[in-house]
Amino acid sequence: MTDKFGAIVVGAGPAGCAAAYSLAKEGIEVLLVERGKFAGAKNMTGGVLYGPVLNSLVPDFAKEAPVERYISRHVIAFLSNKSSLSLDFNTSGTDEHNGFSVLRAKFDRWFAQKVEQAGGIVATGLRVDDLLWDRKRVVGIVAGGDEIAGDVVIAADGVNSLLAQKAGLGVKLSPDNINQGVKEVIKMPRVTIEERFNLAGDSGAAIHFLGFCTRGVHGGGFLYTNRESLSLGVVVPLQALVENKLKSLDLLEGFKAHPTVKELIKGGTTVEYSAHLVPAGGLQMMPRLYTDGLMVAGDAAALVLATGRAMEGINFAIASGMAAAETVKKAREKGDYSQQTLSLYEKLLAESFVLRDLRGFRRAPEFLKNQRLYDVYPDLVCSLAEKAFQVDGNPKKKMWQLVREEMKGKVSLWQLVRDGMSARKTI
Amino acid sequence: MNPMTIEERLALNKYDVDTQAHIRLKGEACQGCETRGCLYVCPAECFKLREDRVTFDYEGCLECGSCHIACHREAVEWAYPRGGFGVSLEYG
Repeated sequence: MTDKFGAIVVGAGPAGCAAAYSLAKEGIEVLLVERGKFAGAKNMTGGVLYGPVLNSLVPDFAKEAPVERYISRHVIAFLSNKSSLSLDFNTSGTDEHNGFSVLRAKFDRWFAQKVEQAGGIVATGLRVDDLLWDRKRVVGIVAGGDEIAGDVVIAADGVNSLLAQKAGLGVKLSPDNINQGVKEVIKMPRVTIEERFNLAGDSGAAIHFLGFCTRGVHGGGFLYTNRESLSLGVVVPLQALVENKLKSLDLLEGFKAHPTVKELIKGGTTVEYSAHLVPAGGLQMMPRLYTDGLMVAGDAAALVLATGRAMEGINFAIASGMAAAETVKKAREKGDYSQQTLSLYEKLLAESFVLRDLRGFRRAPEFLKNQRLYDVYPDLVCSLAEKAFQVDGNPKKKMWQLVREEMKGKVSLWQLVRDGMSARKTI
Repeated sequence: MNPMTIEERLALNKYDVDTQAHIRLKGEACQGCETRGCLYVCPAECFKLREDRVTFDYEGCLECGSCHIACHREAVEWAYPRGGFGVSLEYG
């Protein structure tokens, strides 16, 4: 090992791997440190990997990376306790490489291998315990009892970022801005998946659920098809669990037992159970992004976008890792890693979709706390559909009359209009 | 698919259990708490109520961090397991 690395990246998730790979490609001596036995060992996702950003870093990555299926079918399903109503978008004509289902233990491992192939050093099974300081400047890390020096440190150490905290960047983790995801991987034969979800070849489905999957509390459920398995889970704010004395595991079991979901997972075998947190507070919980000698990327910087349509994190992680690497290159030319120079990082993020989206959707997290989205509306649309499709020999009612009847005692017209207006403004 | 107990679920995962606990409960700070958010938020059910006292077993920990964020009394002394220890996901 050298005396001093050009850059030390902590955490081999998508943010850390993107940063380390970008630097290694430029011939910069980079060390990527990961506490798991291998990259990906500690990581899971309840989301979709969107392709374009990674494609700009690793052209045609989908041909070599262990992606599961490209998403050709997006479904939003509203659940009541016994029925469901879905919006089902199916496409075969557009860009096939926009979104992919991934299993992170495999995907992150591949990404870290790319770092190694590009000349970076990857140290796995190594937990970083502290930052190394020279007065008020970060000059490296302390890991496994050793002090390791670097010109700059990129903290991509995930949602519970120890390094952002140690650097005093104003980390704001609280039960109301952190969501908990629990997930099962359910093994299923390829052909069963393709028949059941109406998929051809390597195409896949992403289904997001609202309503009964969280028993009406804030949150949602997800189901993604992988090659030979399904990813199924629920995501709920910690606050909602504590306040309602709920356990994610009970929600997950209830979700699996729902008549609609039960049929989708029938015959499958659970092979893994995992849990992870998601920073869901958007811009309001974002810490300062840099200080002298250090930048923060990915979940560690709370770079996750909640739009109500989906939660997007992997893409933001990769883009932030790339921006951090770009900043290191510039800082290297100047031979200066002070915060003045590293401020370029925030500038790059502000010019890209990362901060533009987070700013554009900055009020979405607040809007998404509206309880009616999870208890009233999913129930309402399901029972409305039930009435609309019911033929009972009596004269039929007009649609709007049914709507008004269903709304009675659940939500006022005024509330509905107000929620609609606020949705228009925020999401 | 039949419901699974938490023990059955955790038995699916691969663990390298360290000899030392990576998370500690500060008993004094914990005592008298009526919220007991830890009992609900831990997805591995590592926190248990035993004779009106909350106890913690680190072996099945999924390393999510929910407990230290949810505990309003800051009674959870939290860290990740040492490098290479703890859960290793095969799928993720």
